[in-house]
Amino acid sequence: MNRLDLTRTRWTNFLIRNRWPQFLIRAITLAGFIFTILAGLLGSVVGSHNFAIIFVWIAWWTALKLFFIPFGGRSWCSICPIPMPGEWIQNGGILQPRGKNFGLGKRWPKFLRGRWLQAGGFMLVGLFGVITLTSPSVTSIVLLIILLLAFVLALVFERRSFCNYLCPIGGFTGLYAQAAPVEVRVKNPEICSTHAQKSCYEACPWGVYPLALKSSANCGLCMECLRVCPSDNLAVNLRPWGSDLGPETKHSLDEAFLGLVMVSSALMDSAIFLGPWGQLKMAAYAIGTGSWFLFAGLFLVIALMLVPGIYTLAVWIANKLGEQKMNLRKALAHQSQVLVPLGLTAWIAFTISFALAKFSYVLPVVSDPFGWGWNLLGTVAKPWVGQSTLTSMLLQVIVLALGLFWSSRVAIKISGSLKQALPMIVFSAMTMVGMLWLLIG
Amino acid sequence: MMEELLSTQEELNHQSLQTKWRLMVLISQCALLILFLPIPLVTPKPIDRLIHIDATSFQFTPAEIKVNQGDRVTIEFVSTDVVHGISIDGYDFQLTSDPGQPVTGTFVASWPGMFRFRCSVACGNLHPFMIGKLWVGPNLILIRGVLLGILAVVAAIFSLKKSKVLKTGKTS
Ligand code: SF4
Ligand code: SF4
Ligand SMILES: [Cu+2]
Repeated sequence: MNRLDLTRTRWTNFLIRNRWPQFLIRAITLAGFIFTILAGLLGSVVGSHNFAIIFVWIAWWTALKLFFIPFGGRSWCSICPIPMPGEWIQNGGILQPRGKNFGLGKRWPKFLRGRWLQAGGFMLVGLFGVITLTSPSVTSIVLLIILLLAFVLALVFERRSFCNYLCPIGGFTGLYAQAAPVEVRVKNPEICSTHAQKSCYEACPWGVYPLALKSSANCGLCMECLRVCPSDNLAVNLRPWGSDLGPETKHSLDEAFLGLVMVSSALMDSAIFLGPWGQLKMAAYAIGTGSWFLFAGLFLVIALMLVPGIYTLAVWIANKLGEQKMNLRKALAHQSQVLVPLGLTAWIAFTISFALAKFSYVLPVVSDPFGWGWNLLGTVAKPWVGQSTLTSMLLQVIVLALGLFWSSRVAIKISGSLKQALPMIVFSAMTMVGMLWLLIG
Repeated sequence: MMEELLSTQEELNHQSLQTKWRLMVLISQCALLILFLPIPLVTPKPIDRLIHIDATSFQFTPAEIKVNQGDRVTIEFVSTDVVHGISIDGYDFQLTSDPGQPVTGTFVASWPGMFRFRCSVACGNLHPFMIGKLWVGPNLILIRGVLLGILAVVAAIFSLKKSKVLKTGKTS
């Protein structure tokens, strides 16, 4: 079924299977992560002169949305430094497979499972977004908290509980990984069914049993299962975009919530960061003041009531129009697949407008990461003010149109009839027009 | 008999593939037309305009300006608190004002579309997001975007319709 298995080519197989290449990249990202924290705490308080702000919010955040996720799904998670220290302790070594070593290894409480907390975390980032995005020390503190939280939770809970249930980045990458063209899957299910040991499940830091993988949302592409399987029965496939989205896959209500939070956040961030409304920006910045509470209220009304309300209405109508009726809860979960291409492309369009205009800040902070007036590589130059050009606007229009095409296709595929798909198509179109209006209107 | 069936099946597949390709080519042509077809517009006779813009951290007032294509626009720009600047995306236009010191500059609005203008002097935390919008003539790219969206929905419907016909054709 139109898959290209990377483990069948010798050099890609080596790169994936050997622990060293991945470790070396992760060592670099870990060093970069710690350097970023230091730069944010010690360096210039002016965001645009500080490595922390520019690297986290311009370079990395852009790379995540324009490169890592659309071409590699959770590929960022496979080189992410955040869980490394905790995992070393858990495994009792740096290049070790998973094993029972230190840590209490408790199971994550049932009532905290699912994507709810990740969605909540993402909403917090949105509520405090303007200050995080402009203040290097706040960015550093957020990164530090994430690093420490991941470490402490790794000591108390089993496997990557932080990644699975808390990390807001993980919520983002996991949701959109379903649309991405990479997957880990078993090659031959029959071999698995005769293998009682399930070495892959034992080794998987994410608690995934590869044989049961239907969606790539929970697989962190860490490649541990490949390394322990005695029968070489795991494949890393390149696949068509959107492979996990279809009538058969199972989805739950928390995914719908996460998808809606992401869509609302893309709309809100476009309004705050790219709109002409100074009052809104200042209210979002002035944390704790009356106007900030007003802003927070507005944000929560949009993210928790308005967008979910319209979505629920659309799903309810779709359900009415269908031949077999589902209960509303199930339908809300099922239709949430439409939110995946919709949100992903909305974020990509936002990023093109937001970050490409500011890319000229990146090279200067490489030479002067702390904003102390260094010029290590001679790349310091006065960044131009940053423009959005006609090309960038055309690109945004095309990306949004592709997103609408894609989400309409998903809506039709998962519905019984075209008529039943219409409400979700209308919902997608409304979102897209909203994004268009905010970005280029 | 069997062979005949097989060959018609193959032909059907072949045909549907062909129509699919044709459809794709047609849709991309429509998309290109929507994006790039020049639309002749009657632009009103260019006039001279004087626009006063106040800059306060971190807001331009007014932050939304509309002019017609070809207008000679003179901006009188004054900051009311700290040093602010103004530069317009896509135009070679830049002014800097010390607090309370108005400056003026003129440009001809020769490019149509929506252009953000931004503060060009680092003026504080929210400086990178101090933004206003200038519209020159009707915002064609927005209209093109909406049309492209409609085409996208139509394309999605047709791209799946064909395969459904094929599927039912197979089972019956
Ligand atoms: S879930 Fe978060 S912490 Fe875990 S690997 Fe992914 S980005 Fe890193
Ligand atoms: S299934 Fe394999 S690649 Fe995916 S998270 Fe588990 S061990 Fe890693
Ligand atoms: Cu300013």
